[in-house]
Amino acid sequence: MSPLVVLLRRELALAWGRGGGPLPALAFYAGVTTLLPLAIGPEPERLAVIAPGIAWLCLALASLLSLERLFERDHEDGALDLLALGGPSLEAICAIKALAQWLATGLPLAFAAPVAALMLGAPVGLAPVVFACALVGGLAFAFVGGLGAALALGSRRGGLLIAVIVLPLFAPPVIFGGGALSQAAMGAGQISGLLLLCGWALTAVALSPLAMAAACRNALD
Amino acid sequence: MFAFLANPDRFMAFSRWAAPLFGALAVALITVGLWFTFAAPEDYQQGDTVRIMFIHVPAAYLAMFSYVCLGVASFLSLIYRHALADAAAKACAPLGAAFTALALITGALWGQPMWGTWWVWDARLTSVLVLFLFWLGYMALRAAIDDETRAGRAAAILALVGLVNLPVIHYSVEWWNSLHQGATVFAADRENRLPPVYLIPMALMALGYTSAFGSLWLVRIRAEVWRRRAATLALQAAGG
Repeated sequence: MSPLVVLLRRELALAWGRGGGPLPALAFYAGVTTLLPLAIGPEPERLAVIAPGIAWLCLALASLLSLERLFERDHEDGALDLLALGGPSLEAICAIKALAQWLATGLPLAFAAPVAALMLGAPVGLAPVVFACALVGGLAFAFVGGLGAALALGSRRGGLLIAVIVLPLFAPPVIFGGGALSQAAMGAGQISGLLLLCGWALTAVALSPLAMAAACRNALD
Repeated sequence: MFAFLANPDRFMAFSRWAAPLFGALAVALITVGLWFTFAAPEDYQQGDTVRIMFIHVPAAYLAMFSYVCLGVASFLSLIYRHALADAAAKACAPLGAAFTALALITGALWGQPMWGTWWVWDARLTSVLVLFLFWLGYMALRAAIDDETRAGRAAAILALVGLVNLPVIHYSVEWWNSLHQGATVFAADRENRLPPVYLIPMALMALGYTSAFGSLWLVRIRAEVWRRRAATLALQAAGG
């Protein structure tokens, strides 16, 4: 078995096995979605307008949650040093870790996103687009978020710092996803927003492992 | 130029007279620029509020220019591991954040009489706000890591990643429909170009802002170099 496959299985086992797997992120997602109608007011016509966007934004926030442990866990117990010494390049290792993060929390959240949008009153026809945005956007969130987690290694305020670093980087995917959702809501059959989101996600997948590896090397020196 | 200034002794000797020189230049340019600003005729649509432009546009330009400076300094400190480049990057951040904040505030003051609102969630405005958040994130990351070299390198990686944001800001006006106007200073067609009565004060103010930034940046780098020398001396005194 290739070392990278072993690493992926290890990461998934760690993500699913301890601390309830994707449950905390899902619970956070459900909690924020529940609080929003309480804050904005429960009128269906008002909620229906903002439902897809709210479901999309809460997803971005929920995907921030489990990032803190992504590299820190391995940094604390020395596993990251061993991984850096091993055969595969650190770039590939970082990419695998971010991929595992997406599989462990991004995918479950993507299945929850249409449910949240429908509960907030979005039309049923929008559900596939919400799912597609959540799926592709989640990939971008996992890789860009992984970069934030790697940069915050060795700092004192991990979680909050990751959010401060990563939220500005979330702006383009949130804009593209929001554009895709409003295009779908207008029903003109345009998918340029979704395509831009896919482009951004692929760029993040291609480039952020380089920065993640550089940040890890910096923390390990 | 980078090779010449990379030597700390030569840099300190150069900046010793360059910093006050740029400062004096900035005062002169901004004074003359302000005089032209108030001498310029009122705009036929905007009236007196057009004068906000001479404060707003150079600040917006410097918000991006200072980010390019941060990017270059971060690149040099990351590749060559040069302490002076790292000091330059560190010194640049609060200045860049201040110019970005100035661009946002003067933009809001201009938007209220012209567009009838302080703020719109338009592509250009939002991307400058994101740039401001980025400055905050950069400074937060630097402050959160105790080891200075490590903090400097992590911050440099973040700065290079943030360079992706600059082209998005620049082209956002053309990509998305925007309330914000397009480029007029370097516009290709003559009809949309800024007339000389407005272009001259704008150019003076832009040069003045740039000199002010250069002067303050040099002063801040010098202060950072002195601070590090003092920290080293304190360590030596404590050890010996």
